[in-house]
Amino acid sequence: MSVNADQVRHVARLARLALGNDEIDRMVPELNNILGWVEQLGEVDTDGVEPLTAVIENHLRLRDDVVNDGNVRDDILENAPDAQHGFFAVPKVIE
Amino acid sequence: MADATAPYRIKGETGDWEVVIGLEVHAQVTSNAKLFSGAATAFGAEPNTQVSLVDAAMPGMLPVPNRECIRQAVRTGMALDAVINRWSRFDRKNYFYADLPQGYQISQLYHPLVGPGEVEILLDEKDENSVKQIGIERIHVEQDAGKLMHDQHPTMSYVDLNRSGVALMEIVSRPDMRSPAEAGAYLRKLRAILRYVGSCDGNMEEGSMRADVNVSVRKVGGELGTRTETKNVNSVRFVMAVIEHEARRQVELIEEGGEVAQETRLYDPDKNVTRTLRSKEDAHDYRYFPDPDLLPLELDEAFLEECRSSLPELPDAKRKRFEGLGISAYGASVLTAEVETARWFDGLLSAGAEPKQAANWTVAELFGALNRTGKSIDECPISPEEAAELLKLVADGTISGTIAKQVFEIMLETGDAPSKIVEERGLKQTSDTGAIDAEIDKILAANADKVEQYKAGKEALFGFFVGQTMKAMAGKANPGVVNERLRAKLG
Repeated sequence: MSVNADQVRHVARLARLALGNDEIDRMVPELNNILGWVEQLGEVDTDGVEPLTAVIENHLRLRDDVVNDGNVRDDILENAPDAQHGFFAVPKVIE
Repeated sequence: MADATAPYRIKGETGDWEVVIGLEVHAQVTSNAKLFSGAATAFGAEPNTQVSLVDAAMPGMLPVPNRECIRQAVRTGMALDAVINRWSRFDRKNYFYADLPQGYQISQLYHPLVGPGEVEILLDEKDENSVKQIGIERIHVEQDAGKLMHDQHPTMSYVDLNRSGVALMEIVSRPDMRSPAEAGAYLRKLRAILRYVGSCDGNMEEGSMRADVNVSVRKVGGELGTRTETKNVNSVRFVMAVIEHEARRQVELIEEGGEVAQETRLYDPDKNVTRTLRSKEDAHDYRYFPDPDLLPLELDEAFLEECRSSLPELPDAKRKRFEGLGISAYGASVLTAEVETARWFDGLLSAGAEPKQAANWTVAELFGALNRTGKSIDECPISPEEAAELLKLVADGTISGTIAKQVFEIMLETGDAPSKIVEERGLKQTSDTGAIDAEIDKILAANADKVEQYKAGKEALFGFFVGQTMKAMAGKANPGVVNERLRAKLG
């Protein structure tokens, strides 16, 4: 499996990364190197081996249905480029 | 009258078209805290006050699932007779939007919590035999997004993250519905089941339940057509309107030589039209992958057993039980449609009321009074116990049916117990033959001409004598005794 410049441009757009053409050109072989390396892993025969989700035996912990967080509006909004009347304010996203 | 079970067809220029409908219902799970954080879920709070650092996607914050949200989704699955997957997993659905601080929604694509199940609907609610099964493909658990407001500022949109991270169940049906009415029946039934189970309040106005409506058309029995998806429709009526409108639009488009594009559409209730939101190709590249922050969700037998044993009696079972008690199919269907009504009526039965009498009275008298006063059953001023007492007074002959209506009105006004009202106002029915005989004698004497006619064969006059006697007794005479005494005297 390998990617070309158009595919890299597409993935960059989906990830909201603004890459110039020179960056795209540099990125194509780099990504293909990584893909090639990951493909090597596929050479190992894993038939009948259960996927491993964690290297140590561990189980998902569940939380009780208790309200013990929130009410930190100032903290939440502190890093926002713009906040008005307790809302995040962003450039209008519909026409 | 239109036959509710007749197939729904769009009459086109080139023949009859059939509509194929599937619904994805997003139901907000009833819980105190969010799916992956300890922030509150209550509706209507000040903006951004019910947001934790997890919900705002601050770096380094880790999600921890809320047991109650999982439990409610499992109970919902069980109520829909669905396969419960003891092993499921969360995936990231990646996209950028201002209402999604994480840049991805935690959802379940590959291994959902709940697998196939079904919902039984009645195409005609008065006809037990008009059942149809609507398949459920899956239910998965996911996070809701925040809320955007576009009308508060000329150039800015405002973002409120209070809803961000609230637990949703996405209930995906199979494309088994064939008419707006079927889709409406399915939604109402699903809503009733969720409310019985207690896993979602079903409040469509507050957005607790919203539907994505998938519609395609085809010539009857032909190949499936291309479908469109209309997003976020928030009432049963609107869902039905979307289907009607979208099916007709697609038929016209195809018959004019066009092609239906697979796309996402939006419904505008003010204009009753749908319009293109985005085409499928450029929008749906979500790059799903398993969320590395979350281990697989594994459920043990004790957890599942608690979910199962805590399920209440569901609408279908309740309806069948009511019918088994001699209540009509229609009555049973009306009495079980809403969980509050069903609970109230069950209370009436537990208080000892005779089922058929109780059902007729509830549907006619109680619902009538509630409608008149604009009250819901939860605001009913009369308790099931008081109502049972009233019905018992009728059943044992203490008061007549006519007097019972009066007593009921007085109960609604004063909140007094029926026996007290009957006692204080002297409304007891009398079987005292002496008093009744005395009135009958007066009436027969005053209407000698009618007595003659009756004896000459005009038997319809019997009702006149009964009416006069009841009137003279102010409605309090036992009708059985009046009948009996009149027959004896008229020979």
